[in-house]
Amino acid sequence: MSEIHLFAVASAPALNLGAIDLLIIITYFFVVLAIGFYLKKYASTGDDFFLAGRKMTAWIAGISFVSANLSSLETMGWSAMAYQYGMLGAHAYLIGAIPAILFLAIVMMPFYYICKTHSVPGYLKLRYGEGARSVAGISFSFMTVMVSGASMFAMAKILNLLLGWDIHVSIWVSSITVAIYVALGGLLSAVFNEVVQFFLIWFGSLLIPVLGIVHAGGWGKMMDTIQQNVKIIHPSVQNADFTSLWRNLGSFDANPMGIDWFGMVFGLGVAVGLGYWCTDFLQVQRVIVAKNLRAAQNGTVIGAVLKMCVPLIVTIPGLLGLAVLLSPDGSPLVLVPESDPRARITNHTYNDVLPLLMGQYLGPGLLGLGVTAMIAGFMSGMAGNVSAFATVWTYDVYKALINKNDTDKHYVRTGRWASIVGVLISIAAAYALLWFSNILEFLQVLVFFFIVPLFGTVILGMLWKRSTPAAGFWGFLTAIIFSICMWVFVHSFPDGYRPQPKISIEPQSVVSVERQNGNNGRIRRIVVESGSIDVVNVPFSSVSSLSEKANKYILNLQNDATLPPMVNQKGDNVSVQLLAPEVINSVTKEKYGFGVEAVPVILKSGVKVIYSDIEMKFVPAAFNPAHTKYIARSEKAKPMAVNMYSAFWSLVVCMAVTIVISLFTKPKPESELKDLVMGLTKIPDEGPCPWYESPKLWAGIVLVVLIAINIIFW
Amino acid sequence: MQNKEYHEMIPIWFFIGCLLAFYGLLIMGAGIYQIFYPPEHKLALYHLHPGVWWGGFMILFGLFYIIKFKPKKD
Repeated sequence: MSEIHLFAVASAPALNLGAIDLLIIITYFFVVLAIGFYLKKYASTGDDFFLAGRKMTAWIAGISFVSANLSSLETMGWSAMAYQYGMLGAHAYLIGAIPAILFLAIVMMPFYYICKTHSVPGYLKLRYGEGARSVAGISFSFMTVMVSGASMFAMAKILNLLLGWDIHVSIWVSSITVAIYVALGGLLSAVFNEVVQFFLIWFGSLLIPVLGIVHAGGWGKMMDTIQQNVKIIHPSVQNADFTSLWRNLGSFDANPMGIDWFGMVFGLGVAVGLGYWCTDFLQVQRVIVAKNLRAAQNGTVIGAVLKMCVPLIVTIPGLLGLAVLLSPDGSPLVLVPESDPRARITNHTYNDVLPLLMGQYLGPGLLGLGVTAMIAGFMSGMAGNVSAFATVWTYDVYKALINKNDTDKHYVRTGRWASIVGVLISIAAAYALLWFSNILEFLQVLVFFFIVPLFGTVILGMLWKRSTPAAGFWGFLTAIIFSICMWVFVHSFPDGYRPQPKISIEPQSVVSVERQNGNNGRIRRIVVESGSIDVVNVPFSSVSSLSEKANKYILNLQNDATLPPMVNQKGDNVSVQLLAPEVINSVTKEKYGFGVEAVPVILKSGVKVIYSDIEMKFVPAAFNPAHTKYIARSEKAKPMAVNMYSAFWSLVVCMAVTIVISLFTKPKPESELKDLVMGLTKIPDEGPCPWYESPKLWAGIVLVVLIAINIIFW
Repeated sequence: MQNKEYHEMIPIWFFIGCLLAFYGLLIMGAGIYQIFYPPEHKLALYHLHPGVWWGGFMILFGLFYIIKFKPKKD
């Protein structure tokens, strides 16, 4: 019988800011607004507002390219991934980003740049026609503001948990700031602020891995400690190798993600990586605004170099969480997923790994800078979404479908209003998530599956002149629908899904804990003297005598009752989880909290019991192993592995449908495909190119460095 | 309002230099204060005084950007 002692997570904020920290945060808000007001006079034409005048240097374009993606959800989320999956978390950058960014720079950028499109849906219009553009434009506009709202919600929640800030104040202050500076200066302001935010993110985050590695005793010592600690932290995958990039990808069992090399290369590297980096307009917009094609290509290569450095501030903190975060008793601190019932009651979550390290190492001023880095990351991501939304809405929805012939000035005004409306819709989405938080997961996956088919459609359009307008439209739409069907399939449980049996003792209930051999022995049983409890999926004799059909009861016990430590669910013995976040000790009368598993619970007469028997057919938060094996080739596939394989199949379906329909439908004449398709596009002569400005040379060097990194950490 | 020429614009690097130098000053100041008045609950690796040298590094970095990209009067 397993027994896990869980210490209560303090209800007080995890980080305490001083006056200097607050001064640093306030200064940041003042500076980003000042930049917005300063740049307003430079953003009066459509090109200025939506494309920053197409005058950005390679460095600004490259930094903005990376910064728009470096949101705090990204840094905290991927640190959490590294805590969960070990070194494999770095693949999001190594195999999942760098090759794709280089592909964008060398292969795709010339088409985007030469056709002078305002957006990726704009390219679809030129290449395939209005149908594909409308699907892409409308879905992109919707997704962008929803994702922006989702990240706003998540950020406000994080600031509330870490700093005790009011969720509503966090949402409104940060989003109004973004709305002001994007509406004033358009993309120019968004891009310039992203450059500022990039520096703050790095200066605010880099100290943690530096100090953490010193604290762990060096890199080698850290890796040894990780491999020892994961036996306690991740017992379900304790034999997996957490410290390798490729050595553990030979089979589904050898790594904590439950994936193999094929899924990693073709799912993450090809489908997700190329989809996200080459066709997500939020990213592409950052570099098509460069002053010439060479600057756009070099800016993208600079983005690849910077992206290759991001694991330093993202993956390493996640790994440090496995090595240097300790409980008060000196054992490794166990963090749990957000979906775990213990999350934020008795245990911190994976997403807390970065803030916990901040609290461990950063003193006055440094902590303020770290929090500013988080806020800056959030705002840069949101500004990216809002400016991309304003462009796509104005050019690909409003101008294309609603008001076709108006003045440039009118469209700039529309863009400014679209920025503000985009922020307001984001706020509405954030509030919707406050009440329906499970939508968050659905949204993220939906975006993920929208981008991959878009890449399939765009890349075939660029490289194959035979690809037809009808095929582009139907290939894109079919793959989106197929992706949604796959998602529904892996979350469906035709035989029913029963959540883990759980007992939650309500706050203020009076409880005694009986131990073997005095105060420090194993917990023998828990006695609930008075108060109320929630019981889920634990067989309960007093209930079964009441009714067999209903699945929820409320009753006051007339006699003492016992709840078992283990439950048989569909042939498996499953331990019962017990959570007591804020109960009163029957002996000392003090408040305390704890959590245990597989311990019998005695309920005294008079205790109120709310009993539920839950069985569901569709659960967005859980994956059905019997179904995932068809998508991800293994029942052991973890969520990330399922997502990667789903993306791969989505790309395959998109390309297959597009190719087949193209063979039976009429292509566009070649005269209409000039500057849009390989073989029909002439690269403009931009004058002599010194060797140190050659995009191909630098892309080659980055590729060599990438290969070297993969070999070193093999 | 007429669109102003981009070359008249104050370089973004200058803003960054000012901000980093200011932040560096605050962080280094707080770090030095803690040397003379150590806190009751010391953080991990307190003895390395990371605020002092990280703040100093930020000041140097910021000053470099301020000097290199300060707006020209012409």
